[in-house]
Amino acid sequence: MTEATVMTETTVQPITALPAGKAGIVAALDLPGDVRARLLELGLVVGTHVEMVRFAPLGDPVEIRFRGCNLSLRRHEADGILVETTP
Amino acid sequence: MSADLLTAKPRKPEASRQSGSRQSPAPKLVVLTGNPNCGKTTLFNALTGLRAKVANYAGVTVERKEGRLLGDSTATPVTFLDLPGAYSLSPQSPDEQIVRDVLLQHCRDVPAPDMVVLVVDASNLERNLYFATQVIELGYPTVIALNMMDVARANGRELDCARLARELGIPVFPMVASSREGVPELRDHIIAFAQNPDAHPIGRALCQLPPDFKAEVEQIARSLPHWRKGPDARLSAAEAVLMLTDERYAPRADSGESADLLEKVWDARQRLEQKSIDWRTAAIEARYACVGAIQKLVVCETLSLSETPSDKLDRILTHKVWGTLFFIFVMAVMFQSIFTLARIPTHFLENGIAWIGSGIGRLLSPGDLRSLLVDGVVAGVGAVMVFLPQICLLFLFIALLEETGYMARAAFLMDRVMGKVGLHGKSFIPLLSSFACAVPGILAARTIEHPKDRLVTILIAPLMSCSARLPVYTLLIAVCIPDKQIAGPLSLPGLVMLGLYTLGIVLAMALAWLAKKTILKSHMPLMILELPPYRRPLIRTLFRHMWERASLFVQRAGTVILGINILLWFLATYPRNPNFENSYRVQRHQLTALAAAENPASQQLDEKKLQAKLRQLDKELAGERLRGSFVGRLGRFIEPAIAPLGFDWKIGIGILSSFAARELFVSTMAVVYNVGSGGNTDEDRLGLVQTLREQKRSDGTPLYTTLTGLALLVFYAIALQCAGTAVVIFRETNSIRWALAELLCLGAIAWAMSFLTYQGGRFLGLQ
Ligand SMILES: Nc1nc2c(ncn2[C@@H]2O[C@H](COP(=O)(O)OP(=O)(O)OP(=O)(O)O)[C@@H](O)[C@H]2O)c(=O)[nH]1
Ligand SMILES: [Mg+2]
Repeated sequence: MTEATVMTETTVQPITALPAGKAGIVAALDLPGDVRARLLELGLVVGTHVEMVRFAPLGDPVEIRFRGCNLSLRRHEADGILVETTP
Repeated sequence: MSADLLTAKPRKPEASRQSGSRQSPAPKLVVLTGNPNCGKTTLFNALTGLRAKVANYAGVTVERKEGRLLGDSTATPVTFLDLPGAYSLSPQSPDEQIVRDVLLQHCRDVPAPDMVVLVVDASNLERNLYFATQVIELGYPTVIALNMMDVARANGRELDCARLARELGIPVFPMVASSREGVPELRDHIIAFAQNPDAHPIGRALCQLPPDFKAEVEQIARSLPHWRKGPDARLSAAEAVLMLTDERYAPRADSGESADLLEKVWDARQRLEQKSIDWRTAAIEARYACVGAIQKLVVCETLSLSETPSDKLDRILTHKVWGTLFFIFVMAVMFQSIFTLARIPTHFLENGIAWIGSGIGRLLSPGDLRSLLVDGVVAGVGAVMVFLPQICLLFLFIALLEETGYMARAAFLMDRVMGKVGLHGKSFIPLLSSFACAVPGILAARTIEHPKDRLVTILIAPLMSCSARLPVYTLLIAVCIPDKQIAGPLSLPGLVMLGLYTLGIVLAMALAWLAKKTILKSHMPLMILELPPYRRPLIRTLFRHMWERASLFVQRAGTVILGINILLWFLATYPRNPNFENSYRVQRHQLTALAAAENPASQQLDEKKLQAKLRQLDKELAGERLRGSFVGRLGRFIEPAIAPLGFDWKIGIGILSSFAARELFVSTMAVVYNVGSGGNTDEDRLGLVQTLREQKRSDGTPLYTTLTGLALLVFYAIALQCAGTAVVIFRETNSIRWALAELLCLGAIAWAMSFLTYQGGRFLGLQ
C-alpha cells in the first residue's frame, strides 16, 4: 500500500500516547511473553477496538477499555500496546 | 449435533466408581467456575445456604469453599465447590492454578468433578465466553449459569439464551444470583442431574484450531502419560493446547511427565514456526474468533449507551482531585472506626472476661489451679477475643469496598505510591489497618492475589505502630522524654511519638523495597487489574464475609494464641521460692496478729493501715514471684544481650512478657517494681511513672534516662513482640519458617537500631 492509495493516513503509536478518552485499534503487543499472553486472553487481540479511558492521578497506572470491560495496568505495560488511530 | 452429544458416553469419574456402598451413594461433586467477579460465590451461597465449609487447598493459601445443596432430600447428595475466579486455564496466579488443577484433575485433594456449573457474566459475555468455552471443551457434563442478567438489561443488551444453548450444546440458565432470580430452575436441574447423570449433555469442541496446530496438539496429547481415551481424551487435548501455548510450560514430575515431553513440545513449536504459525497466539486468536461469532448471534444491543452509570460514577471517584479526596475520606473513616469504634466492643469483651475471671476467682480458693484458670486460660481467651472487634469491623469495611467495586479503584489510585517500593496498590489497606492492629491487617492481605506481593505486605505489616504499642509509648515518653516545647504547638514528646510512627513506616518501605529486589523478586510483576462496574452490595453478603473471617481467625489462630498465653503464664508463675512464700505467710500473719493485739479503741484507723500494709505486702510478693520465675530468670539470662542497649534485666522481663500482648509491658513493669499490677487508675499510672524515674543503675546513675527511653521506644517500634501477630503470620503464609524468620529478623533489626540509638547517643555525649 502506498501513501497515495490510502485516503486517511493511519499512525501506529503506544496507547499511552493517546489523550484520555481517545480510542484506537490494536496493531501489536510489544510485550514480554506472559503479559502479552494474558492481555491476549483478556481479548486484546490484534484488531480489537480499545479506548484509553484515563490516567491515575499520578499518571500511573492507566485505565483502558475494550470489549466492554475496563482494565487497569501499569504504564510500563500499557506502553507496549500499540494502536492504530486515524486522525 | 445434539444426537452426537447424547450418544457420546459421558465420563465416569473415579470417585463414584470407587464408592461401593449402595445405601448412601457418593455425593456428586459440582464445581462452580467462571471469571473473577461474575457471581460464583453469590450463586454458591444461594445454592448451599449457610452451610459452607471454608478451608485452604493443601499447601497454598487459596481458599477452598465447599457446601451441600440446600434442602436436598434426594437419594444422591450434591456437594458444591466454589472455585476462585479465573480468566483462563493458563494460570497466572495461585488462584488460577487451583482452577486449572481441579478441572484437569491434577489436584490431589479434590476428586474428579461430576458436573461443572459455568458462571458467565451476561454483561460481559465475550470475555467470559473465552474461559467458558475452554472449560466446555473439557467434556464434563456442563451447564451455564448466565448471571447478571439485570446488569446486561440495564446496559441495553438483550441475550438470546436459547440460541446460546444451541451454539454451545449445553443448557443455559439465565439468572440474577444476587436476588435469586433463576436460581431454583438451576437447582432443580442439578437435582435431576444427580438422579440420572448419564443423560446430561457434555461439553464438545467449539473452537476451530488451524489444521496444522490441531495435528500437533493431537500428537502431544497422545504422548501424555495420563492420556485418556473416549470422551476423556478431551482433557488430554485441552492440556496439550495449554502446553503448546504456554511459554513457561515445565513438565510436572508428580504426574509422570518427563523432559522427553518437553522436547516434543519444543519440536512441535518449531514445526509450527516453520509453517509461520505463531504458537503463542494461534489458539487464543482462534478462540476469540469463535467467541466473537457466538456473541454476534446471541447479543442484541437494544439501546446503545455511550456511558453506563458506573462510568459516570468513575469520572468522579477516580478523578485526580475529587477521587483522591474521596479516597482519603473513605480511608479516614475506615481507620478511625477500627481504631476507636472497635474499642467499645473490646471494652465490653474485656470487662466480660474480667468478670468471668473474678467469678472463677471467687469460686476457687487461692492457689495454683485458680491462677491457671484465671491468669492463664481466661486471660488467654481474652487475648484472643480482643482481636475480634477489630477483625469484624475491618472485614465489614473490606467486604463493603470489594462488593461495591471500590476496592479496585482504591488500588488504582494507590498503585503508584505503593509501586515505588515494588508493592501493589492493594497493599495499602492491609498496611493502613495494621496501624490499629497487625492481626486484622495481615488477614486483609488476602485481597492481594499476587503471592509475593502478599507475602511482602504480610511481613512488613507488623512494623506499622499498632494500638497496643500506644500504652508503651505513652508510659516511656512520660518517664523519659522531657516535656519541652519546641516550636509552636510542637513539643518534644509529640515529636518523639511522630518519629516512632515514621520510623516504622520508613523501615517497612525500605524492607519491602529490599525484599522485592532480592529474595522475593517476582519474575513477572503482572499488574493487570479489572475495574468491575459499581454494584450495590448485599447486606447479607457483607455480614457473611465478616463472620467467615472472624470464625476462621478463632479456629486457626485463636487456639495457638491461647496455648502460647498459657505457656507464658506458666513461665511467669513458676518456679516458686518456698522460702520466700513461707516468709510472706509469716509476715502476713504477724501483721494481722499485731493489729488484733492493739488497742481496740483505734481499731477503725488501724484497719485501714493494716489493709494498706497487706496490699504493699501483696505487691512485694507479686514482684518477688515474677523476679524469681522462669521469665525473671530469662530476663537475667538475656541481660548481657540487652545491656549494650542500656537495658537491665528488669526491662528484659518487660520485653519478654510483652510477647503475650505488647501493652502488658506496662502492667509487668508495675509488678516488677512492686507498684501493684495496676496502671488501671491514673493514680497507679502516676505512681509507676514516678517509680520508674527513681530507678537507679548499680553505679547510682538513673536507669530511665532519655537515651535509655529512646532506645527502648525504638526497640518497641520495630520488634515483633506479639504472639498473636506471629501466629497469624504463620497461619497466613502457611509456613512456620516465615514466621520464625520474621521474628528473628525484626528482633535483630530492633536490637541494632536500639544499639545505634543508645551507643550513638552516648558517643555524642547525650545522657
Ligand atoms: N447486579 C447483580 N450483581 C450480582 C449478581 N450476582 C452477583 N452480584 C454481585 O457481584 C459481586 C461479585 O459477586 P461474587 O459472588 O463475590 O463473585 P465471585 O465470582 O465469587 O468473585 P471472585 O470469587 O472474586 O472470583 C457481588 O457484589 C455480588 O453481590 C447479579 O446477578 N446481579
Ligand atoms: Mg468468590
